[in-house]
Amino acid sequence: MITATEVVAGVKSGNISCEELVWRIYERIERSELNCFITLNKAAALAEAREEDKRRRKNEREYEKENGRKKLLGVPVAVKDSISTQGIQTTCASKILTGYVPPYDATVVEALKREGAIILGKTNMDEFCMGTSTETSFYGPTKNPHDLSRVPGGSSGGSAAAVSPAAGEAVLALGSDTGGSIRCPASFCGVVGLKPTYGLVSRYGLIAYANSLEQIGPLASNVSDAALLLEVLAVKDERDSTNFSLEKKNNREKEGVKGMKIGVPREFLEGEGVSPEVKKAVWNAVQRFEELGAECEEVSLPNLNLKHALAAYYIIAVSEASSNLARFDGLRYGLRTGKDEDWHTTFSRIRGEGFGEEVKRRIILGTYALSAGYYGKYYLKALKVRTLVKNEFEVALKRYDLLATPTMPFVAFRLGERIKDPLSLYLADVNTVPVNLAGVPSLSLPCESSGAGAGVGAGAGAGKLPIGLQLVGGHFEEWKILRAGLAFEQATTL
Amino acid sequence: MIGKEEVGHLGWLARLELSEAEKELFERQLSSILDYFAVLDELDLDLDSETTSVEPTYHGKKDVVRADEPRAALSQAEALRNAPKTENGYFKSPRIL
Repeated sequence: MITATEVVAGVKSGNISCEELVWRIYERIERSELNCFITLNKAAALAEAREEDKRRRKNEREYEKENGRKKLLGVPVAVKDSISTQGIQTTCASKILTGYVPPYDATVVEALKREGAIILGKTNMDEFCMGTSTETSFYGPTKNPHDLSRVPGGSSGGSAAAVSPAAGEAVLALGSDTGGSIRCPASFCGVVGLKPTYGLVSRYGLIAYANSLEQIGPLASNVSDAALLLEVLAVKDERDSTNFSLEKKNNREKEGVKGMKIGVPREFLEGEGVSPEVKKAVWNAVQRFEELGAECEEVSLPNLNLKHALAAYYIIAVSEASSNLARFDGLRYGLRTGKDEDWHTTFSRIRGEGFGEEVKRRIILGTYALSAGYYGKYYLKALKVRTLVKNEFEVALKRYDLLATPTMPFVAFRLGERIKDPLSLYLADVNTVPVNLAGVPSLSLPCESSGAGAGVGAGAGAGKLPIGLQLVGGHFEEWKILRAGLAFEQATTL
Repeated sequence: MIGKEEVGHLGWLARLELSEAEKELFERQLSSILDYFAVLDELDLDLDSETTSVEPTYHGKKDVVRADEPRAALSQAEALRNAPKTENGYFKSPRIL
């Protein structure tokens, strides 16, 4: 698959026809068995691509002057269905939002358009971002491009699968990450995904699940493309009161990892359930970093108890969810079925019909955690554990430039394997959720392939399942983890 | 830990109609999830009191306000376009009383 940088250069110079590129991608999407998309924006995207080509042909010099600086000129981008797109149906993969067409664009979508990107459509996901496998979608699961019998990870499963070179259904994609929803599918699909520092990217227009934890971020087939997309997404926005302007300029001149200090936290590797092949792959990656000139050492984070962090994460996430999802009542938008009875009965019925099982489970759990008498036992306690987790990361990231861990404890599991046991799915997030509690940035990139696949994949490398490496950096130090990721990628053939 | 009746009551609080089968399923699943949450009881940090050395982390910045200037908003037609039921330019709700 072509990279975003290549598309921008090609469209600018006229070596690539934007329309042909977009057309080819839709051909692949329509032939695909993966179910990456919920809604396609085909007619508008093709028209826009055609327009782009026409503008360039008409007056090359003017075109260069007007568009030369656009960072995503002609780049086909897929957008997760949790992100509002003006005029394009946005469902959050839920029955309750079927037919909802947002009257405005999310800030990140405005940014994509400003920089010349072409919106391909809206990608499949776990309903309201609640899941680790994209199996809770009302529109059916997305399949892993490396093995069609396995999950792509979640919740941004459609976005990750789409940018996988094995699928080629988008050049770039947007995901959102509340507890690993960008990094988990990046790991399972063998692509690059980044969860930015909390506050770096505006959440205006992101349909809220747990707003103190979530960030929109890039998914791409390579590290440079992810960095390019992040640059576009990180704009100042006063419509999100938690948005920070990016004052620190990313240090792009320096390259490589020579002299970088990398900590390898024992807790993330030695936890129960981390598969031996994942452990081995991460140690091999650490060795590669040493060969590239980084100083790596095993470290213990004694105050970061992953079990406590996981419990605290889920308590905070379900509590915020129970409050955020109260807005879906079928009054102003969304599902409204049956005959109106009294207010409470009508809304209870609509919500009972419109929400899927996992969403209901989390709303009930959150309602319980916030109900009178339990606030101190669950929610307040979780917020204090959050402080402990945050402090521990801050201390560690003063000693080290970054921390290296497995993204997921294991490779992509089979469709249907875990969905019946919600707790087993929650436990899979053990390495990703502490990062959201701390609000620090984290990159997942493929580091090795395991031989565990069934060999029924869609594309090249079929039968091999990717293993993801997670690089965690300090607040607003995305550039460090991207620099390390780039150095690693350049030194690795998968 | 959590009974079927309590699940039903939580559903009522959350305005979420649950079938009998869902109540039974959730009763079982929520109990095992709450058992897991009990790992936090190991922590001895006066965690359930407001006043301890460990401050809770709330999110975001404090007191963020924008300049109080009028700006463009959705038109009435745009605001109503997604509404399943409208009447005379209003959202139509089920009766409240």
